[in-house]
Amino acid sequence: MADVLVLEGIRKSFNIGTSVETEVLHGIDLRVRAGEFVAIIGPSGSGKSTLLNIIGLLDRPTSGNLFITGLDVSDLSDAALTGLRGHAIGFVFQHHYLISAFTAGENVMMPMLVDRGRPSPAMERRADELLSLVGLTKWRNNKATNMSGGQQQRVAIARALAMKPALVLADEPTGNLDTASAEAVFALMRSINRDQATSFVIVTHNLSLAQRCDRIVQVVDGQIASG
Amino acid sequence: MTRWLPFEWIAALRFLAEGRLQTGFILGGVSIGVAVIVFMSAMLAGLQANFIRRVLTSQPHIQILPPDEVARPLRAGPGVVEAAIVQRPTQRVISIDQWQRIAAEISGRPDVNMVAPTATGSALAVRGSASRSINVTGMDPALYFQIVRMPDYIVAGEMRLGSDDVIVGTELAKELGASVGDKLNVASAAAEGRSLTITAIFDLGNKGVNGRNAYVALRTAQSLLNLIGGATTIDVTVKDIYAAETIAQDIAAVSPVEADSWIKTNAQFFTAVKAQQTSNTIIRLFVGLSVAFGIAAVLVVSVIQRSKDIGILRAMGARRAQVLRVFLIQGGVLGFAGSAFGSVLGAAALVVWHRYARQADGAELFPLILEPTLFVAAMALATITGVAAGTAPALRAAKLDPVEAIRG
Repeated sequence: MADVLVLEGIRKSFNIGTSVETEVLHGIDLRVRAGEFVAIIGPSGSGKSTLLNIIGLLDRPTSGNLFITGLDVSDLSDAALTGLRGHAIGFVFQHHYLISAFTAGENVMMPMLVDRGRPSPAMERRADELLSLVGLTKWRNNKATNMSGGQQQRVAIARALAMKPALVLADEPTGNLDTASAEAVFALMRSINRDQATSFVIVTHNLSLAQRCDRIVQVVDGQIASG
Repeated sequence: MTRWLPFEWIAALRFLAEGRLQTGFILGGVSIGVAVIVFMSAMLAGLQANFIRRVLTSQPHIQILPPDEVARPLRAGPGVVEAAIVQRPTQRVISIDQWQRIAAEISGRPDVNMVAPTATGSALAVRGSASRSINVTGMDPALYFQIVRMPDYIVAGEMRLGSDDVIVGTELAKELGASVGDKLNVASAAAEGRSLTITAIFDLGNKGVNGRNAYVALRTAQSLLNLIGGATTIDVTVKDIYAAETIAQDIAAVSPVEADSWIKTNAQFFTAVKAQQTSNTIIRLFVGLSVAFGIAAVLVVSVIQRSKDIGILRAMGARRAQVLRVFLIQGGVLGFAGSAFGSVLGAAALVVWHRYARQADGAELFPLILEPTLFVAAMALATITGVAAGTAPALRAAKLDPVEAIRG
């Protein structure tokens, strides 16, 4: 199966050129195959979030090569990266981060709206489809802020899938949820991964969830210790 | 979600709607600012129009006069020092040299509206044992009344000027005990007197003018003042009243005449008008600036409050330009909506003020002029100001690093 994500010798330094220059990633090599469900674990400050930001094209590595769906992104312009991010990658964050000015349905539509510029019936149908997938059809017209944390996170997952991305990145997706909700959200992601062959890379501290992923990548001190 | 709106508009309107209190307060601020601008502009335009109408409907914009007569002493010759005392000669009532040609030249100018030659001089009006010195103006009514709207000021009789007719002011009529249809003997030092019939009595709103001025046909004045075929002044109106002085200087430069504009002869009034315009402009500028700063302040706060939303939008593929537009639109919408409310508020204030603010005699203080162009201009300017005020916050939003924004 083709690789959705390839990292070759990824390094990342902060405060470059100053006396406090710090390298937080020391040459990361990683491959994620299409349809794979990978957990990244590691202690706080090990560089997991930086790694996720680089994979998500929100940040650029200092050196190394990054391929998303086979495309070398190292030399892409900011605008091209933004475009690729919108189409190829979906994000789920720890704090849900739905846009409070919009309803659940509109939040799910948002990536399509950003991409195409104007709403359309097709977008609404896709949003309905995704809300039904995450079991929130009747919450469609609810303001995001009027929902529980678990529900918001399910809306966020639906939103991440809106553009049919090859890869969904989730940063502590269950970190802010109670055990039951965390379990439900994880099960949802797992089922989507299975049914739609979407690859998932999740950063988590929850070892029991990590153990139920296809592969665990352990990051310690900016290097991959195992996986 | 409104289908026909683009994403940027949808986001901008939703953000404004969500921050209801903030939006309400700034809309209130913009509305009051625009209302003040609209109110001041319309009121001052009305006041000014009123003043100018009063001043300029009873006098020409430019008056062409013959040059002063000067004495030119004969010099003994080069190298001879003379201590000459040159006495100013008396100024006779004389005609403008070749006034027909000069009048034709002036009326040929594209910036001139109307040209009316007049023959003006002093005379004595006698009725029975009463006599008064008067200032006789002889003119062609068809031309002159388009410059000085005498028919508007007639209080008795009818506007008719034959060769034996005269129009006098209320004060003169009172002093001579004369009314419409009565005869008046008018004589000047230069020629024989004539008996004229009063056909109308005017009230120009000024006691001195009403007691001194008398109007006759041009030919009558020419014979009264012994100026056969002559004209002592040429009255001119111009299209742009504020260009009167420049035009007057132009005329004086090319013809052997003196040209006095209303600006020069009413220097004090003109200074007052100018001062009013300047203070009006300054006040409007500062009100406009405070509106702009208000909008900018609210949008800066909004960018900070929404930095996570901006980060999320950027993460899901929103381009910097899209984020920029979301905030520019908010600035423009605040300016436009605020100015729409402000225009209504300003117009309402004008109507109320116009109804209750009266002069001592009960006449309106200023004409109520609700020019649509003023409102359109105010709204266009406020919208542009809103967009301009939104630029700094919008750039800040567009530059936000999504990683930083999401982390908060």
